[in-house]
Amino acid sequence: MNPNDPGAALAIAVVLFVLGLLGVMVRRNLLFMLISVEIMLNAAGLAFIAAGTRYHMADGQVMFLMILAYAAAEAAVGLAIVLRMHAAGRATLDADTGNRLKG
Amino acid sequence: MTALLPLVILCPLAVSIILLLSRGAMPARATCGLVALGMGLCAAIAVTEAVTFLTGPASTGALHVVLWNWMHVGGFGAQFALTLDRLSLVMMLVVSVVGFLILLYACAYMIDDPDIARFFTYMTLFVASMELLVLSSDLLGVYVGWEGVGVCSYLLVGFWYHERPNALAARKAFVVTRIGDALFLVGLLLLATGVGRLDIGSVLAIAPMAPRPAIALGCFLILGGAAAKSAMVPLQTWLPDAMAGPTPVSALIHAATMVTAGVYLIARLHAMFLLVPGIMFLCAVIGFITLLLAAGAAMVQTDIKRVLAYSTMSQLGYMYLALGCGAWQAAIFHLVTHAIFKALLFMGAGSIILRVHHEQDIFRMGGLRKSMPVVFYAFLAGAAALAGLPLISAGYFSKEMILTSAYNVAPLFWLGGVFGAFLTSIYIFRCVFITFWGHERTHPHGRTTIVEFVPLVILAVLAIVAGWVQTPEVIAPMHLFSTLLAPVFGPLPEEHGGGMLLLIGSIVPIIGVSIAWALYKPRHKAPVPLETPWTRTLRADWGFDALYDVLFVKPYFALARLNRGDAVIGFFGAVAWVTRTGGAMFAHMQSGQVRRYAGWIAAGTVLALCLAV
Repeated sequence: MNPNDPGAALAIAVVLFVLGLLGVMVRRNLLFMLISVEIMLNAAGLAFIAAGTRYHMADGQVMFLMILAYAAAEAAVGLAIVLRMHAAGRATLDADTGNRLKG
Repeated sequence: MTALLPLVILCPLAVSIILLLSRGAMPARATCGLVALGMGLCAAIAVTEAVTFLTGPASTGALHVVLWNWMHVGGFGAQFALTLDRLSLVMMLVVSVVGFLILLYACAYMIDDPDIARFFTYMTLFVASMELLVLSSDLLGVYVGWEGVGVCSYLLVGFWYHERPNALAARKAFVVTRIGDALFLVGLLLLATGVGRLDIGSVLAIAPMAPRPAIALGCFLILGGAAAKSAMVPLQTWLPDAMAGPTPVSALIHAATMVTAGVYLIARLHAMFLLVPGIMFLCAVIGFITLLLAAGAAMVQTDIKRVLAYSTMSQLGYMYLALGCGAWQAAIFHLVTHAIFKALLFMGAGSIILRVHHEQDIFRMGGLRKSMPVVFYAFLAGAAALAGLPLISAGYFSKEMILTSAYNVAPLFWLGGVFGAFLTSIYIFRCVFITFWGHERTHPHGRTTIVEFVPLVILAVLAIVAGWVQTPEVIAPMHLFSTLLAPVFGPLPEEHGGGMLLLIGSIVPIIGVSIAWALYKPRHKAPVPLETPWTRTLRADWGFDALYDVLFVKPYFALARLNRGDAVIGFFGAVAWVTRTGGAMFAHMQSGQVRRYAGWIAAGTVLALCLAV
């Protein structure tokens, strides 16, 4: 792969992102939705790495490290919410059941 | 000395703010103590200031205290400054000393009212505004005070707003004086564009050079503002209704101070009014008509406070007559004595009303002479001063001074004034004889407290002796008051025909009192109010209310109803409809399903990216 041509890497990133987005939108299981969000984050990270390689700058890698930290934090919070929901007596992981905040 | 002057305004203002912030949490006694302290301080400072000023080097000039630069816009500039000269000094003393006595009285009057803190918040705010009106050296500052007293009057007339008539009376007072305020404001703006400044010194200095029609129009508009504030014909209809407020309010605002603000304003600007004799004549005519109409209406009133309200209008008519005749000293002298005796009469009436279960109809009182002797003698002193009984009353000297000057301008004015004095002595002693003589028709309860007695007695003594500071040449060469004001108004003009006029002016009130006695002396049968079509018209203010109702109020309401569906309303209605419908539409997006939200976010991002690229 030519490091000066990030086209392929970006294409993979777009595919990954769309997959993740579709996952968030069609899956109803909260755990799978969390996993889909992780995929979207990784797609963004991949795009950064590709861009950093293209311009020979370290910023892309810095951004990826930051996204990694985001992902960890997001997973921690998301899983904590899932656990709390379980502790509160919710029988299912279906996201659509938590819809009491509607206008 | 210069540092003390702003305190005359700040003391009552501080009390007002403290009471406002306390939100009624303070006990009633503490509230009264605070008010007495603040107003006592205000009066003490005013007196100190007056003494230092008059004994100081600038006693014939003026003392200016510039507090800060208010604004500087284009060619127009205004300073926030106070001026103490001999005229504002007299007014300041009236407002703070009479104000102090009335607020002291009000402490006793209002002590049982649950809303006493609100009452005194307004009252002290009123005193502060009035002091600002009197002391400000800039017409813009005068206007601020002018509006301040207007709004306090509104709030206090409608103080017991739970009862609908009171709220309506307050609204009427506000709207009618509003007309005058608008005239006054337009007059000020006219002066500001013509002269470029609004501080009184510059206005008076530049006025002779300014084009005469502009000055005439400015004077006319200011006269209109003053007339509305002082309840002069044709804007007089609010004052009798304003009696819906608590009695100390009537004493302070609608007798002693606010209604005389117009007189003070015209006297303050007298150099400008002298340039336009036509407006001066109009002022005299307005006063002349008002004094006769109001005296006529007072003859048939049955409510003790309305008798006094009409008498206030009538006495203000005398002051405007004096102003129109160029007798500035006489007008201010009558203003001072009127503030004393009318405050006294109102407080006496208030004490009676408190004792007889809030009954205000004089035909249901009677025989109160024995049960409340102090109030009786105080009221008698006030009534004597109002009627102008010769030598033993303050009102006699000030009224004679006005009548003499009126005679020198036009004998017709004098004749009308004497006839007004004749009516005055009849109606006020009618009130006295019906209220205090005869059989007791309502048994008084409770007792009048010492806090009420002190102001009553002080003012009663003043109502008897205060006139002796200025006496006609024939009686005694005493000219303290006109000498005091000479640096402002110039020396007193020569009197003509003093002796004969004085004799007639002294006899007329005595005849009036005799007639009142003949008509209303105690008989076996209780007196009843006269009921004829004539008296009904008179009692209803000569039908002015009905006339204005047909001329202005009804067409206005009809117009407002007609205008309900016009384009402006339609536009704002459309805006409201779009907002409401849009809100309802977008509310559907908020389904509560997280997956939908994610979809909307993605769609929004895509849209934003498309727009950006």
